[in-house]
Amino acid sequence: MAVTTDSLAVRAGQDSWARRQRTLDVAFKATTGFFAFAVLLLLGAIILALCIGAMPALRKFGFSFLTSAHWNPVTEDFGALVPIYGTVVTSIIAMLVGVPISFGIAVFLTELCPTWLKRPIGTCIELLAGVPSIIYGIWGLFVFAPFLQSTLQPILINTFGELPVIGALFGGPPLGIGVLTAGLILAIMVLPFITSIMRDVFETVPPVLRESSYALGATTWEVVWNIVLPYTRIGVVGGIMLGLGRALGETMAVTFVIGNAHRISASLLAPGTTISAALANEFTEAVGDLYVSSLVALGLLLFVITFIVLALAKLMLMRLQKQAAS
Amino acid sequence: MNAFTRWMGRTAIAAGAVLVAAGAYAADISGAGATFPYPLYAKWAEAYKAKTGIGMNYQSIGSGGGIKQIKSKTVDFGASDMPLRPEDLKEAGLIQFPTVMGGVVPVVNIKGVQPGQLKLSGDVLADIYLGKVTKWNDPAIVKLNAGVTLPNQAIAVVHRSDGSGTTFIFADYLAKVNADWKGKVGVNTSLQWPTGLGGKGNEGVAAIVSRTDGAVGYVEYAYAKQNKLAYALMQNQAGQFVAPNSDSFQSAAASADWSKSPAYDILLTNQPGEKSWPITGATFILMYEKAEKPETAKQVLDFFAWAYHNGDQMAEALDYVPMPDKVVGLIENTWKQVKAPNGQPVWSGKTM
Amino acid sequence: MSALYARRRISNNIAMGIAVGATALGLFWLAAILWTLLSHGVAALGADIFTKMTPPPGSDGGLLNAIYGSFVMTLIATLIGAPFGILAGTYLAEYGRASRVSEVIRFINDILLSAPSIIIGLFAYEIMVVPMRHFSAWAGAVALAIIAVPIVLRTTENMLNLVPASLREAAAALGTPQWKVITMVSYRAAVQGLLTGVLLAIARISGETAPLLFTALNNQFWSTDLNAPMANLPVVIFQFALSPYEDWQRLALGGALIITVVVLSLNVAARAIASWSGGKQ
Repeated sequence: MAVTTDSLAVRAGQDSWARRQRTLDVAFKATTGFFAFAVLLLLGAIILALCIGAMPALRKFGFSFLTSAHWNPVTEDFGALVPIYGTVVTSIIAMLVGVPISFGIAVFLTELCPTWLKRPIGTCIELLAGVPSIIYGIWGLFVFAPFLQSTLQPILINTFGELPVIGALFGGPPLGIGVLTAGLILAIMVLPFITSIMRDVFETVPPVLRESSYALGATTWEVVWNIVLPYTRIGVVGGIMLGLGRALGETMAVTFVIGNAHRISASLLAPGTTISAALANEFTEAVGDLYVSSLVALGLLLFVITFIVLALAKLMLMRLQKQAAS
Repeated sequence: MNAFTRWMGRTAIAAGAVLVAAGAYAADISGAGATFPYPLYAKWAEAYKAKTGIGMNYQSIGSGGGIKQIKSKTVDFGASDMPLRPEDLKEAGLIQFPTVMGGVVPVVNIKGVQPGQLKLSGDVLADIYLGKVTKWNDPAIVKLNAGVTLPNQAIAVVHRSDGSGTTFIFADYLAKVNADWKGKVGVNTSLQWPTGLGGKGNEGVAAIVSRTDGAVGYVEYAYAKQNKLAYALMQNQAGQFVAPNSDSFQSAAASADWSKSPAYDILLTNQPGEKSWPITGATFILMYEKAEKPETAKQVLDFFAWAYHNGDQMAEALDYVPMPDKVVGLIENTWKQVKAPNGQPVWSGKTM
Repeated sequence: MSALYARRRISNNIAMGIAVGATALGLFWLAAILWTLLSHGVAALGADIFTKMTPPPGSDGGLLNAIYGSFVMTLIATLIGAPFGILAGTYLAEYGRASRVSEVIRFINDILLSAPSIIIGLFAYEIMVVPMRHFSAWAGAVALAIIAVPIVLRTTENMLNLVPASLREAAAALGTPQWKVITMVSYRAAVQGLLTGVLLAIARISGETAPLLFTALNNQFWSTDLNAPMANLPVVIFQFALSPYEDWQRLALGGALIITVVVLSLNVAARAIASWSGGKQ
């Protein structure tokens, strides 16, 4: 082909077009890469901001911050033990009540449910996950707590209250709000998360495993308990930990019904506080640098705890995915 | 650019301009703090906006919050029921002045007990809040209430979970009448409560008491009245059982000599007088002496000047006690200390 | 032998019965919550709630300033968070599928997804409210944007991964530069999925309260000033529900109903769009 001025011009045009496209390619990759990397920066910034804010309190109190049950804004003596206790106890109650129910729902959806019903029920359970936590809080305050005050709590006090050891767990007047109520509402809140993960992992069980046990004459329950659950146990534990992570960090639902008392009581029916409820209630009104710093330190603690729990959950779920893929 | 894009662009600019302009018009003054006077401030703000178009945005977050917000300059004025001491005011560069006085009343939710039926003394009330008296039919309570059937029911103690001037007034009274309270718990806006549940704001305490059988709480009187809670009669310094109302609050306030305290930091608890309500207190406004935004500071003072001269009826309708005219004169004099950066006082001395 | 069979059959029936009961219980809570909202919230719904401002206790009013504030802050948060999430998700799906760094970013993103929202609010307070020295709608919008980003990122990455490689390869074979392959082929193919992600993020941030507590605070009057505290539905509901005033409680329940309807509709819409796009694939 003769190299004419025209074709040279076209080649030059094409070259400059190609150059421009390459620049745009680099720019686009850099932009998206920047935003992706910014996610890491965001996490780093959050940890940094929390650490800086918490420094004064941590420097002043040191390790005793974790073990002191004092919370006295007057003498500026702060300790995280009461909020930590409340966070842990409400989450444990949430897990003890929520996990069996989630397990039951997951079993129903995977083993018993007719196919035409699976989608609607599944969607309903997921809608529970979409309900904002403040709605749970309001519902808890206006409906659930009065209901518990007049029904469940008197029953608990009368049946268990007088017993020697467990009695202390159920002592005190029926207030409606308190640690137990908060734990129960958290259980309802984490239900959908744990259910959907359990359901997903139950469905990764190879049909051949199930079918061979049915062929041997196992009942549905025996298949679930002896085949499905052991096969998926890592994923199930991961799902439970994910639910635990949510329960630990939940704020609004708990703030409404926990009673906001900076005190550790033996009774589950007593009021208490959690880290997130303490933050929600006291942050905007905290006077004094040490008070604010102690609250930020509480926030840092909560972030560290949920980070560890969620990281473990994620690792377990990733392991199960690799196992299922292989 | 096609016609549609051009049109979108123009509409967006126009919408943006409207939003910005609207923002510039809303000349709001903002304040935050005590929940004690909130029902009254809200009524005053509504009436003032109807008259002048200027909105006073008040966040009722507790006295502790009010002090914090004004110190971090996130609001135009702070409100607190706990007066700051002159040294603290000077250090922070603030002035403080009272707006109204009111009473803190104990409220109860006991089946069959009507408002004004239950009688309590300061000592017994302190013991309840210390957790020493735990049932409504405790002999100490029964002794004061001949003729009233008190049930064998656990007392559900309710206190404030946030930093509160109402708590300060309440604790100041309990410390004066019960040595144990003074030693163990003390007096401040935030306390280490020996027992009970926490409610946020006067509103929160009123809400919890109205919902919980066997509860006792302390709220500013307007909250007890508005929510039809059963208030208790208290025994005052003179030994009389008095009901909370504007007469008993005024009787307690009568003995205050405001002219002797330039910072107005007078406490009105446990005052002498046959008819005095023992848990009375004033509520204060905190502002900076050196006004960084003189126009806003002037608007704040204009609002309160209007309230002093036009808001008495609204205050009395809610059973608050307005400041006497002489004291208003002293306060308006104090306002001359609020100066713009050029040294001129911000408030012109004229009232709406 | 038959005793053994009977025992096994009985324990199976009990277990299955419990499973059904658990499902009924789970659905019951949803029904109970919706019922409470409908029965109490509907009483508050009327023209007033959409036309009047939040009132002082004892006066008539509505939730107009709160609805407007929530709308504005959600809009700004979406405008900030959606592009951030989409671009970051694009990187993970198109450029960094197998790299170590991408694994870490995915991991961190999932943790941020479930992080307590009150911590995000605390963070936004530290970086925006403290330096600016006042509360503002901007700080509230930023807090909500930080919550929205992980959701959009996750869905974007998942949806882009679903685009068949053959589409990309065909475009590349025609000489299309990579950035055009992504924006004109991948994005177009996954547009419903991307939209789903944005809708889910909007649904999530519409209901968030804790991040707004320390950033946008609240405002009882009408305000369009983004540089000042702005009313918003969740914080107003928080304040009104905990109060002892009946008219405030009624408004709180009405607001709760509005939020729930909006959030649930967005969730259902997102799901519908996702399954429609799944069918198209």
